[in-house]
Amino acid sequence: MDRLNDKTGISDEHKQFLKKVRMRRKLILSARILLLVAFFALWELLAVLGLIDPFITSQPSRIIDTIADLYRQGVLFYHTGITCLETVIGFLLGTIAGTIIAVILWWSEFLSKVLEPYLVVLNSLPKIALGPIFIVWIGAGPSSIIAIALTISLVVTILEVLNGFISVDQDKIKLVKTFGANRIQVLTKVVLPSSYPVIINALKVNVGLSWVGVIVGEFLVSRAGLGYLIVYGGQVFQLDLVMTSVLILSVAAALMYQGVVYIEKSLLKSGKHTSA
Amino acid sequence: MKYHSLNGEVSALENINLTVQEGEFVSIVGPSGCGKSTLLSLMAGLLFPSEGSVLVGGKKVTGPTRQVGYMLQKDYLFEWRTIFENVILGLEITGTLNTDTRKYVEGLLETYGLYDFKDKYPHQLSGGMRQRAALIRTLSIKPEILLLDEAFSALDYQTRLAVAEDIFSIIKRENKTAVLVTHDIAESISMADRVIVLTKRPGTIKSIYDICLTCDRKTPMSCREAPEFRYYFNKIWKDLDIHV
Repeated sequence: MDRLNDKTGISDEHKQFLKKVRMRRKLILSARILLLVAFFALWELLAVLGLIDPFITSQPSRIIDTIADLYRQGVLFYHTGITCLETVIGFLLGTIAGTIIAVILWWSEFLSKVLEPYLVVLNSLPKIALGPIFIVWIGAGPSSIIAIALTISLVVTILEVLNGFISVDQDKIKLVKTFGANRIQVLTKVVLPSSYPVIINALKVNVGLSWVGVIVGEFLVSRAGLGYLIVYGGQVFQLDLVMTSVLILSVAAALMYQGVVYIEKSLLKSGKHTSA
Repeated sequence: MKYHSLNGEVSALENINLTVQEGEFVSIVGPSGCGKSTLLSLMAGLLFPSEGSVLVGGKKVTGPTRQVGYMLQKDYLFEWRTIFENVILGLEITGTLNTDTRKYVEGLLETYGLYDFKDKYPHQLSGGMRQRAALIRTLSIKPEILLLDEAFSALDYQTRLAVAEDIFSIIKRENKTAVLVTHDIAESISMADRVIVLTKRPGTIKSIYDICLTCDRKTPMSCREAPEFRYYFNKIWKDLDIHV
């Protein structure tokens, strides 16, 4: 057991252990890929054999054709881009506005106590019900869609972030108060920085919520975007178009989520916040 | 000093008359909930007495002042700031961060062996080093009086002994007046010139002991070996009158 490798100083036993861990990781990754490939292969196979009706279920080769068609017509990136843009604007506005409102409510305990029941009601209300109101007020266009996406994430953000502000260690606040800190300093030196992880977390949740808001918004009003393609495809019974849009949507949503995770990692680099 | 809540009012402290001399190390012991920490908060200007007043250097305390530095139970170093950014926190808040004060803090870090760690984050330091960094943060605004609110109670016993030794020597070296609140009788005797025993709530002063120990060099560790140590310990223990 004490036999150490001359070059690396790692014992054979430890090498074995590392090899095992790496093997396991590889195994998991290949199983994941296999699952994906198998799913599409089976789908294609069943359609080709006529066991399922591709008119209703579509099939992978038709999806590829549809993507190629959309690309040739020059609308693939147009629709995808519009939906992504609306989502990004929606969740950024939701997070920023929600954080600002949370700061105001933290500042005035009176206001937060007064508004508490209203926030609870707004939180439990399905925000999509507000869609028609936005359309009448703002007009049937991207602004309404963004408004819906924003409302969906706004209330959750306010409640989450405010909760984060309130649960900041009172002794940390006491510490800066012993130096004679005023409220703005308490906010900027302690409350905001220690709530960083909460805010980032709200961002993560809001990405998902905003996708819901944007797609529903597009169902209701739009003339462009992936949600529009899905509704349109459904109405004209073009399941190929519906499936294609859903597929693009899941890729886009996954990429955006990974983007937020990446931002989180680079913001909280060097494990500064791990013990928060 | 009274606290008010919906369930009524609670008198935390009553009839406290206490003077701390310049350069003196006073420790306050008492059963839990006797208002020890309230007393420190009053001295720090975080709370105000319902009756009476607190004077620092002859002037009435109306809020936190730069003459008084406060050390809490834990180090509370902010994990999103480097050690250097942490120790200049007080200077930032009091708006006195300039090249002079920056140099002073760097000097303190150098003297107390933390200069090489100034760009590290708190989680990369040991418990003792963190406590030392917290003390430097308190010292950065050059207070005349240090208030230690069970400053070592969050540490494990061995570290606690070592840190008490460490912090004591720094306080003596910087020639500060100190008030230590603790529930650890041995700690209070080993560090202080004078021990004040408080009664149960509402806290009043039960007894005051001037600690005279025969040891060559007064450090908390050597004090624990002094022959009189046991005598004081038993006296204070009896005064505390603790029943389970």
